[in-house]
Amino acid sequence: MNTATTDHDATLRTLTDILGEGGFTTSSFRGNLRLRPPTARLIEMLKALRDRCGFNLLSEVGGVDYLGYPGRSGTRFEVHYVLRNLATLEMVIVKAGVDDPDPTLPTATDLWPGANWMEREVFDMYGIRFEGHPDLRRILMPQEFAAYPLRKDYPLRGRGERHNFPRLTRGES
Amino acid sequence: MATEVLDEPELDHDAREATWTLNFGPQHPATHTTLRLVLELDGERIVKATPDIGYLHSGFEKLGEHLNFNQYVTIVDRKNYISPPMNEVAWHNAVETLLDVELTPRCQYIRVIIGELARISDHLLCTGAAALDLGAFTAFLFAFNLREQIYDVYEEMSGYRFHPGYTRVGGVLYDFNDRVLDRIRGVLKSFENVYGDMEKLLFKNRIFLDRLRGVGVLSKADAIACSCTGPIARASGVTNDLRKDQPYLAYPEFDFEVPYAVEGDCWARFAVRMEEMRQSSRILKQAIEKLPSGPVNAPIAEKFPLPDKATTYNSMEGLIQHFELIMPNRGVETPRDEVYAAIESPNGELGYYLVSDGSQTAWRVRTRPPSFVHFSVFPKVIKNHLLADIVAVLGSLSIIAAELDR
Repeated sequence: MNTATTDHDATLRTLTDILGEGGFTTSSFRGNLRLRPPTARLIEMLKALRDRCGFNLLSEVGGVDYLGYPGRSGTRFEVHYVLRNLATLEMVIVKAGVDDPDPTLPTATDLWPGANWMEREVFDMYGIRFEGHPDLRRILMPQEFAAYPLRKDYPLRGRGERHNFPRLTRGES
Repeated sequence: MATEVLDEPELDHDAREATWTLNFGPQHPATHTTLRLVLELDGERIVKATPDIGYLHSGFEKLGEHLNFNQYVTIVDRKNYISPPMNEVAWHNAVETLLDVELTPRCQYIRVIIGELARISDHLLCTGAAALDLGAFTAFLFAFNLREQIYDVYEEMSGYRFHPGYTRVGGVLYDFNDRVLDRIRGVLKSFENVYGDMEKLLFKNRIFLDRLRGVGVLSKADAIACSCTGPIARASGVTNDLRKDQPYLAYPEFDFEVPYAVEGDCWARFAVRMEEMRQSSRILKQAIEKLPSGPVNAPIAEKFPLPDKATTYNSMEGLIQHFELIMPNRGVETPRDEVYAAIESPNGELGYYLVSDGSQTAWRVRTRPPSFVHFSVFPKVIKNHLLADIVAVLGSLSIIAAELDR
């Protein structure tokens, strides 16, 4: 069981000072504190967390597709940023919602260079574009791949990409 | 001066004509796994390295949305296949955090033991292969021989050598028996000798030191900004270790230290890994001595642990629970929520972002892969080094392509 620091009062107070009362919502589950800013203020919140609250390590960036999630009323996609404060060992998760069509979020690479590849992976798997990203190309799938494989409407066995892949025999090459 | 022109990060047209491009991988003995680099070279000096990954992408995260919490353990084994038990511990740590299952003390100890064995096994491969790539073949053989003994432990405890698939929600597949403990004692005894041999062969080896010192330097500020964790961050002066920072399992009960270095070069990463192995063996010694008796699996009152065979066949409650868990759509509900839980794997923070929709199959399994993050700093640390330094830096970053591409 994780027993990470659960005292987030100082962080929440600083964030409220910057983003204003009601500028973001919070929820908590099993010791994970989640902050949901409006998408327009995402970078502002990440910057405040890094510069004012000491969250210097961006542990992880990843996406989730909630298409068809039971009881879901929010946006289709969410991107999470796991931040750690290496001095106080505090951990928070910032969640940003983004919706179809043309899901777009601002990039965090200006704040943490480490976000570069992780955002590329989110783009590769979900098609969420990160505006201002220096090198937003597919990273795991081939460049010519047409779909976003971790979306819920993409089937587990694919759409025949592997089956129909053009193969050259020795005679044709 | 021509050399000054080439030192410019953005090459102008004339300078670009002086460089040449070399393709490194995806099939190359020194990469050890399947990864590709496109190198722009000025003579033998690397001007720019562009990694191209994804050759081993197998859709592990998509599979996680279709396999239940116990089935998926076979897939996590295949992510970092150099230290499979650590992946299992990480995966079920996330699942148990989501389900709020309390592990028995014996199970916590057993998970610490398999995790630390995996850490020794991973570091042995990393340090041994680093030596192999730089020409010190003997040290590699000593390291690999000990890894075989660790595989013998896996085989004794689970029946499988390479991918044990040993943990289950709320427990493990089989309890440890005396033969397993004997084998672990054997590993610890051999470890002293192997460590001594590697120390004698490598620590004062002039060629080895010259190849590692000052090569691939990663500063502390860069390590943090680029999200590095684990031995790579600790070799650059970051002192954090999740085993100490957010103690999980039984780690607070053990006396061990977190080694770190400040140089940030390949040598520092090598030295940190060597010392971590010694600390792991300290933890193992204490864990075997203090291994609590009692049940290994969480009681079936916890609702999610799969009962063992004896309970299933000899008690009504066990049979019912086994049926409920094994048959799909039998109404065992998990919380409809999400957690991020991470542990300290041999390569750094190995976390799972687990989203559950109330069923026994995850809605989303996001792995936080340390290799992926660490490979992204490779172009930064290799810049302006020589072509031959690539193997030294790759070896010191310990890139596992199965985890890199998933």
